[in-house]
Amino acid sequence: MITYTSTDHFVLLPGLLLALFGCAVLLLDFLFPKDVKGRGWLVGIALSGVGFASWQSWQQYLYLKAHSMTPLVAFNGALVLDGFALFFNGIVLASAALVMLISYRYLEDEKEHHTEYYALVLFAACGAFFLNGGLDMVTIFVGLELMAVSFYILVGFLRTDKRSNEAAMKYLLLGGFSTGFLIYGFSIFYGLTGSTNLAALATVIPARGANDPLLYLAIVTTLVGLLFKIGAAPFHMWAPDTYEGAPTTVTAFLAVASKTASFALLLRVMLVGLGTAREMWEPLLTGAAVLTLTIGNLAAISQSNVKRLLAYSSIGHAGYVLLGLIAGNQTGLIGVSIYLLTYAFSTIGAFLVLIALRRRGVAVETIEDLASLGKRYPYYALLMLLFLMSLAGLPPTAGFIGKYYIFLSLVESGKYGLAIVGALYVAVSLYYYFRLVRSMFLTESIEAQVLAPSNGVRLVLALTGIATIAMGILPEPFLRMAAISLGR
Amino acid sequence: MPQGYLPIFLFLIIAMAFPVIAILTAKLVRPSSPSKLKLEAYECGIEAVGNSRGRYAVRFYIISILFVIFDVETVFLFPWAVRFHQLGWFGVIEIAVFLAILIVGYVWVYKKGALEWV
Repeated sequence: MITYTSTDHFVLLPGLLLALFGCAVLLLDFLFPKDVKGRGWLVGIALSGVGFASWQSWQQYLYLKAHSMTPLVAFNGALVLDGFALFFNGIVLASAALVMLISYRYLEDEKEHHTEYYALVLFAACGAFFLNGGLDMVTIFVGLELMAVSFYILVGFLRTDKRSNEAAMKYLLLGGFSTGFLIYGFSIFYGLTGSTNLAALATVIPARGANDPLLYLAIVTTLVGLLFKIGAAPFHMWAPDTYEGAPTTVTAFLAVASKTASFALLLRVMLVGLGTAREMWEPLLTGAAVLTLTIGNLAAISQSNVKRLLAYSSIGHAGYVLLGLIAGNQTGLIGVSIYLLTYAFSTIGAFLVLIALRRRGVAVETIEDLASLGKRYPYYALLMLLFLMSLAGLPPTAGFIGKYYIFLSLVESGKYGLAIVGALYVAVSLYYYFRLVRSMFLTESIEAQVLAPSNGVRLVLALTGIATIAMGILPEPFLRMAAISLGR
Repeated sequence: MPQGYLPIFLFLIIAMAFPVIAILTAKLVRPSSPSKLKLEAYECGIEAVGNSRGRYAVRFYIISILFVIFDVETVFLFPWAVRFHQLGWFGVIEIAVFLAILIVGYVWVYKKGALEWV
């Protein structure tokens, strides 16, 4: 007999609230006037949806804390509430709220302000929740599709812009293709175990032997789908085009929410479902991580478009996070969590500086467009410098803590080769990040950018800036959060 | 022996016989005055032979996509109807939630004017 218990409700509620508010925004759009003010109200409603979901997530945290962080399994093992899911839900909620705050002015300027945007952001966040907490492959798949389909539409949101359409089309086709691989892998897992549950998978795998070809096929196809979602080589090709063409606010959301939720899924599948088959997937992931670092960092050198450069750098970051998973010890997992948290704030911040600057009515995009920013708008240039330092992993910014833990875990587990490769690519990344810095502070430009910050943009810039500095100087609370999220 | 398949087999025979009988009866009864247009294959008003790069209104796509959505809805309703007694009130509520989500989409589509043909 199927039932809907109070535990189920408690675990589901934040995601449910996001979906409900998404539907509400869609329908209320018809009741509010079609002007700036009416849209403002709807943004408020969407934001309050995120607020309610955050409050409910906080209640979940308090409950888990009172029960010594014992995972709460709901829907007959399809969905789980543990510190890990809560931590990544938190990143998704924060990025959704920040993106909504910065989108208002941007979409007004691009003359494509439709309130479906906010509904789609809410739906994408809801889908991400099921990736963070899903234990059942069917649940995971539905969540993944909910998130992906929302993002396909968001990427093509600038309907009259050719590049936006191209980006959406490429993302849709390649995304659909990769999802096909993922679901093929899942179907083989189902064939092997007779269950769609990841926990059931873990109990069957030891019996299959180490070099079972069918198991190998399932792992490889599943990895194809997952590596695509996190934007890791050799399935990264969609990322530069999609990041460049998408509205910059969506690029920031895609780079943060989609990537962190997909990493949560990757970790869950690899550590819960396939934890006992580590010797099978570790070489594959190691190869992918080295390739990702190489392609991401080397291709970023030659980019002239900042959005494209950040896209390649985001591919490179996926490589570092994979290294933390490969190291496999507790430090590595803390590193993955903290890396994704710091990466979220620095990435949103860096894209936000691009959003705030416009030139001839068009948002700034190339490196030359940033010229003499340091002289004209020193605060914005300093903030950009801060975010870039954090992305490069320099102290005293947040990014340093993430990279430190990743490298520490590699050294602890004796993988010195990988640590050296990673460190070399940090040096490479310094070059292209500081090309931007040089353009901002050392290059002169006759034509000026115009600053078009709304209050939302100012607020989010301040928040991400403070977060980036605070995590760099006082990392202990955030590290403790990451450690709690892993149940220690 | 797969005895349970006998009804399916019978159904298959009836299904095959039906168009044959219908076409033969029609041929015997109807008057015959063929023309070029009449002998062409019928394809809902579009010319059967032509350039494959031909253009037609994007509304066809919208209508077909909407059709697929509401078609899939019935796919979910059938198994529920078959197991109505076993699922009980839980099933009723679950289907109500499912339909409510679809109705939100329907209202949105209707209000946006995607169903208007002009």
